[in-house]
Amino acid sequence: MKCCRVVAPMWAAVKHPAYAGRALFVVQPLDEVGKDAGQSFVAIDNVQAGIGDKVIVLTEGNGVRQILAMGDQVPIRSIIVGIVDQVSTT
Amino acid sequence: MYLGIVKGTVVAERKAAGLEGTKILLVQPVDEHKKPVGDLQAAVDRVQAGVGDFVYLVGSREAALACDPWFVPVDAAIVGIVDGVGLP
Repeated sequence: MKCCRVVAPMWAAVKHPAYAGRALFVVQPLDEVGKDAGQSFVAIDNVQAGIGDKVIVLTEGNGVRQILAMGDQVPIRSIIVGIVDQVSTT
Repeated sequence: MYLGIVKGTVVAERKAAGLEGTKILLVQPVDEHKKPVGDLQAAVDRVQAGVGDFVYLVGSREAALACDPWFVPVDAAIVGIVDGVGLP
């Protein structure tokens, strides 16, 4: 999983049927102090995340298929699975 | 998943089994500001996208799962046409 910040919502009318009715967000990976690290990407939302939230994003297809329980043919790779309250590093 | 802009069309008469009839487009991966990121890539189109369209793609094995039949040698598929990104 990756710790990310939700950057922006995304709209797409024409999409694969597996994405129907699912919120899409652009998310930006963060480092341990909350600074941007790496390339932003697209994820669907599973936890009612909002813009600016720090979140945990699962980026592996088999886990996504387990969460969505839509069968085996789900072309989705990244899903927001948690909203981060606090990160502490020592 | 990631964002991209369609730059062109790829025509390949001879393709691996399962890819007959698939439309392949040349896509430049971009960030949310449409700034290019990385190299051009060829991707299977699943949403009737065209040149110039702002799209999102899925990579790796999930790209094959976007296809029908799904057991095909594909590692990038266009799965949506982006209407807008709500940047603050």
